[in-house]
Amino acid sequence: MKYIDEFRDQAQAKAIAAAIAREARPEHHYRLMEFCGGHTHAIFRYGVPDLMPDNVEFVHGPGCPVCVLPIGRLDEAMQMVEKHEVILCTYGDMMRVPGGKRRSLMQAKADGADVRMVYSTQDALKIARDHPDKQVVFFAIGFETTTPPTAVAIKHAKQEGLKNFSVFCNHLLTPAALGALLDAETQVAIDGFLGPSHVSTIIGSAAYEPFAQKYNKPIVIAGFEPLDVMQSTLMAIRLLNDGRNIVENEYTRAVTPEGNRKAQALMSEVFELRDTFEWRGLGLIPESALKLRHEFSEFDAEMRFPVQAQPVTDVKGCECPAILRGQKKPQDCKLFGTVCTPENPMGSCMVSSEGACAAHWSYGRFRGAA
Amino acid sequence: MKLNIKSGKVDMSHGSGGRAMMQLIKELFAKHLDNEYLRQGNDGACFPVAAGRMVMASDGHVISPLFFPGGDIGSLAVHGTVNDVAMSGAKPLYLSASFILEEGYPLADLERIVMSMAEAAKSAGVSVITGDTKVVEQGKGDGVFITTTGVGTVPAGVNISGERAQVGDAILISGSIGDHGVAILSKRENLEFETTIESDSAALHGLAANMIQAVPDIHCLRDPTRGGLATTLNELAQQSAVGVQLNESAIPVKPQVAAACELLGLDPLYIANEGKLIAICSQADAENLLSAMRDHPLGKEAAIIGTVVEDTHHLVQMETRFGGQRVVDFLAGEQLPRIC
Amino acid sequence: MCLAIPAEVLVVEGDVAQVSVGGVKKEVSIALVDDVNVGDYLLIHVGYALNKISPEEAQKTLELFAEAGMLPNEPEAAS
Repeated sequence: MKYIDEFRDQAQAKAIAAAIAREARPEHHYRLMEFCGGHTHAIFRYGVPDLMPDNVEFVHGPGCPVCVLPIGRLDEAMQMVEKHEVILCTYGDMMRVPGGKRRSLMQAKADGADVRMVYSTQDALKIARDHPDKQVVFFAIGFETTTPPTAVAIKHAKQEGLKNFSVFCNHLLTPAALGALLDAETQVAIDGFLGPSHVSTIIGSAAYEPFAQKYNKPIVIAGFEPLDVMQSTLMAIRLLNDGRNIVENEYTRAVTPEGNRKAQALMSEVFELRDTFEWRGLGLIPESALKLRHEFSEFDAEMRFPVQAQPVTDVKGCECPAILRGQKKPQDCKLFGTVCTPENPMGSCMVSSEGACAAHWSYGRFRGAA
Repeated sequence: MKLNIKSGKVDMSHGSGGRAMMQLIKELFAKHLDNEYLRQGNDGACFPVAAGRMVMASDGHVISPLFFPGGDIGSLAVHGTVNDVAMSGAKPLYLSASFILEEGYPLADLERIVMSMAEAAKSAGVSVITGDTKVVEQGKGDGVFITTTGVGTVPAGVNISGERAQVGDAILISGSIGDHGVAILSKRENLEFETTIESDSAALHGLAANMIQAVPDIHCLRDPTRGGLATTLNELAQQSAVGVQLNESAIPVKPQVAAACELLGLDPLYIANEGKLIAICSQADAENLLSAMRDHPLGKEAAIIGTVVEDTHHLVQMETRFGGQRVVDFLAGEQLPRIC
Repeated sequence: MCLAIPAEVLVVEGDVAQVSVGGVKKEVSIALVDDVNVGDYLLIHVGYALNKISPEEAQKTLELFAEAGMLPNEPEAAS
């Protein structure tokens, strides 16, 4: 596969690993946060930590939209499908996340709720067209990569005058999360960041510059393949060694400084900022999430299907909040591997396959013990 | 009046034990699956038994869609049970087939399925000697469900079982992984993509027999169906109380299967196969076994993919194509396409 | 956060393109990208093209990898 296989080459990996080992100063411990869940997954899937010297460590960040979605929002979606009997369309990632009372959408489906997994918002539109007698709600999650596809669908729905399609919007903004993380009182010693690949394709690498400047941390926009991650790590180490707190772009084949203007315009056209939004693990963050603009409010599922927002607390002992902030590791959680496993996830860090806990369980849980 | 297969549909009378059911059996099932036992028209089939050991295996088939690239529920049912019997080193002889039909299902499609079953059985050298038919109300079935049970005889001296893997053994696969699962997914609603990948559904007893002839002391044989290669190896590791070390570069995956998995965020290691087998044998026997596999049409792409190792945790681990190590765990729940 | 994969454009029809990843074909929306031509490579996420992939930049990146791995005059470090 072009633009994929070349970026997974083992010989290159060894060479870059050797360069990292050479250039990482032995007296320094480098803690790099890979913000994006997709990176967490890739790092573990390819065994990248094995190729790093001991003093280079990856810290898993909160860039997992499934992980940071508060349980209460999932419950609202469940209320929509169960009380209002809509057809709820969702991406596969959300199907097994446990909500309040530990019930997931998959279990609601088993109980008779019309929950349908879709690959694309276009599929949800098609379901709406095919079932004019039923209400279809699309459960929108994701950062800026996934938001433009929702915007396109809403515009199509408006153009077509679809009366039975609406969106339950939980789209989040990456820079806000980055800021919240860096503003946190309990500071985690993060030296630098590997920035998300595909969010950056949309928002552009320039979007990160204010953060590099304000918080004095280098940020390297890293591509998605393992060689990209390694090269980005090398670039971050070099920046740290030279004391340069700037933004560098490793993923130049898909990311430009200004990003995808067309997609950005579409997002602004359809969505606006919520004053505040609760992020699991990070608390309330102002201007960090999106809702539909007034002109599109007929497609806002929250207006069409008012549901009771119940605050739901995390399971006692669940360390997802600390893990999402990079303050603790999966192994530090008492529930990890005992009560909390992929078959029986207590929190979303375990359910989402890119959550730090699921990734660690699947790919690396005996790494230290060997 | 003959059964109207062309435009007729299954109705409740076809399962009620009366004339309609007899007609369905005679003009559809027995017509195509024809053999001396079915011709006797008894509820059960009485057959002579060889001395020694026998193997019996059973499978329920609920696949959807019923017709897919490379096969259908009928051929799949035959292959699946023939393979289960063959994985114990046995020669499959007879099958039973129970059908649960949904009211309203087109008889023409049912005939296609039964003809496909007959064809698969004939190619595999087995007979469907007894069976049953029931009909459920519309909405209570998925068109057709088939349960097959198979029996076979195990030659003397053959001892193939999941707990026989030993530290140092070689692990082999008979060909590329993930073909069946990807072929099915490509036809699922909301995931439509175009691919030339077909299911690998096939009867493996011929391949297995050749392998046993070449290497009588094969320790384990298993076909990696639901849950894929990863799940099956984890099962074997548990049963034998050992660990597994795989080499990702050695595992054959068709380019389109790899591509479809990338597109959907799936891992080929966890995707079902219906015409592949895993073999575990001593390191000394590995090359012979590999040759025997490659000499058979169903084993042309066979490869040695790993080793059995000492491990108190009974983990399946893999050296990735990239040079790092990862754990390959049991599948947790169903693998779902993801956006992240 | 986001699984996106490079795919080659085979056919363009208005707002929709048929793309291929390693021989697997899919229809995707190109509503987010301007000026799409047959032979272009697009980054695909949830059924939409997000951006074009620049072949020049891809090549440059691969060269950077090779460069990073090269030893100037330093002795091989143990890793």
